[in-house]
Amino acid sequence: MNRLLPPYLLNGPALIIFVVMLVVPMVMTFILSFNSFDFYGGIKPDYGWHNYLEVVQDSYFHEIFLRTYGIAIAVTFLCALIGAPEAYILSRMSKTWRSLCLLAILGPLLISVIVRTLGWALLIGNNGVVNEILIGIGIIETPLKMMFTTGSVIVALVHVLVPFMVLSVWTTLQKLDPQVENAALSLGASHFTTLRRVVLPQVMPGVLAGSLIVFALTASAFATPSILGGRRLKVVATTAYDEYLNTLNWPLGASIAVILLIANVVVVMSYNRYVEKKYAAVFD
Amino acid sequence: MKRYDKNGPLALVFNFVFLLFILAPLVVVCLVAFTDKGYLSLPRDGLSVRWFVAILDHPEFVDAFWYSIYLALGSATVAVALAIPAAMATARYKFPGRGLIMAFFMSPLMIPHVVLGVAFLSYLSSLGWSGTYIGLVACHVVLIMPYALRLVLASVTGMDRSAELAAKSLGASKWTTFRRVTIPLILPGVTGGWVLAFITSFDELTMTLFIASPSSTTLPVRMYQHITETIDPLIASVSAVIIFITMIMMIILDRIFGLDKLLVGK
Repeated sequence: MNRLLPPYLLNGPALIIFVVMLVVPMVMTFILSFNSFDFYGGIKPDYGWHNYLEVVQDSYFHEIFLRTYGIAIAVTFLCALIGAPEAYILSRMSKTWRSLCLLAILGPLLISVIVRTLGWALLIGNNGVVNEILIGIGIIETPLKMMFTTGSVIVALVHVLVPFMVLSVWTTLQKLDPQVENAALSLGASHFTTLRRVVLPQVMPGVLAGSLIVFALTASAFATPSILGGRRLKVVATTAYDEYLNTLNWPLGASIAVILLIANVVVVMSYNRYVEKKYAAVFD
Repeated sequence: MKRYDKNGPLALVFNFVFLLFILAPLVVVCLVAFTDKGYLSLPRDGLSVRWFVAILDHPEFVDAFWYSIYLALGSATVAVALAIPAAMATARYKFPGRGLIMAFFMSPLMIPHVVLGVAFLSYLSSLGWSGTYIGLVACHVVLIMPYALRLVLASVTGMDRSAELAAKSLGASKWTTFRRVTIPLILPGVTGGWVLAFITSFDELTMTLFIASPSSTTLPVRMYQHITETIDPLIASVSAVIIFITMIMMIILDRIFGLDKLLVGK
């Protein structure tokens, strides 16, 4: 028996499933994105770039893509801003408190995003808890309109995704030697200087890796923008959904999906390359 | 010297606000679920379980819950069954394309769920599998495979092989060694991978939204459809039930594996 046969046999079942259930559907979607569609005849099996041209030329789609990536940048930035310090604080806690806090922060990752988004809808809705409290203590008289705004989508997405940032920075921090920090302090560096010049450079790979996850997940987020953004604040994922299940223009929906996928892969790849180059020393 | 905490007061305030931000939406869901009113409000005049009882009058939620459980059971089991041999191959053999195959199995993590959704929708309908249990399981298997594989692979790689060699030298066949020595040794990783795969399948909304039919609606899909029509205390009580169940599972998982290890996969 060939010595190389066993590993391929062992991988075989999973490979077959992946080819049949992932490669074939993806290739079919790619082909579908070149077909055309009309409201009376349905999908026509011809090929051309018209769907892509429509997305590239129509200002309606420009707005959607700009909004999506704008939200993704804002969410990534905010997650890094609050997630990295939180991970640092966690690493300096006593063991009991730390595991309790970690449980509270990571636990929500196991709860469906629909439940977490519902929580925000209950908090910031017109007769939601925040408005109820603000009116109750007399700060405002009419409810603030927070639902269906870009701000509410950003805040809720930060809430949904910040655990990934904490987790990523936290893993990097665990590899840190606390003695280095103590050395800087004992050599007379202020606490702030130590943080900025000793701790921060060493956790940067963690922050960047976390940012990557958060950015990619925000750019393709569906449930949160759909529920908190409503019908007017469309993002790429909700647009693809509408093209598929409301307009039934599958070829156009497929081309939007292909663009989203390619954009995500490009961002992830180039970012990985950048991080590996810049922080090669840390990874070795 | 015994130092409990190296954080200053400012850091502790930050930590408190951060935890408040993380937990507030979930706490609000649970509070609203216990309201005694017929509309959305905090239970200020007393707690009531009327909205939990109301779930039982809505079979669409109960049915969707059970469908989600069956779907997650089937998908997680198939995913782990595929992941074990794949992990053994990757951990124990050197062969051309090893890294590539691994990257291929991990690739669903990089594909947006909405893209998987549109791809599966047209694929399943061309196969005539739309809305069937087997079709949904096949799609979920692809989606949750990376989670199962990561944990199974970690346990196979980290396993001490001397026990296997001992079994073999004592005359055990390959299959017996695998069944009675290898499997028990990698069981924690396999269980962890299975549980994580189960939860990921149970929670999945975006991709399933495209491929579910009225007779194969999962709980997240049912909830999404309800929320886009109306947000009422009923949906809060359904969510609260999910939070309670997840919390119990989480505490058990944390005791057995450590939640950070499970989620990082190391």
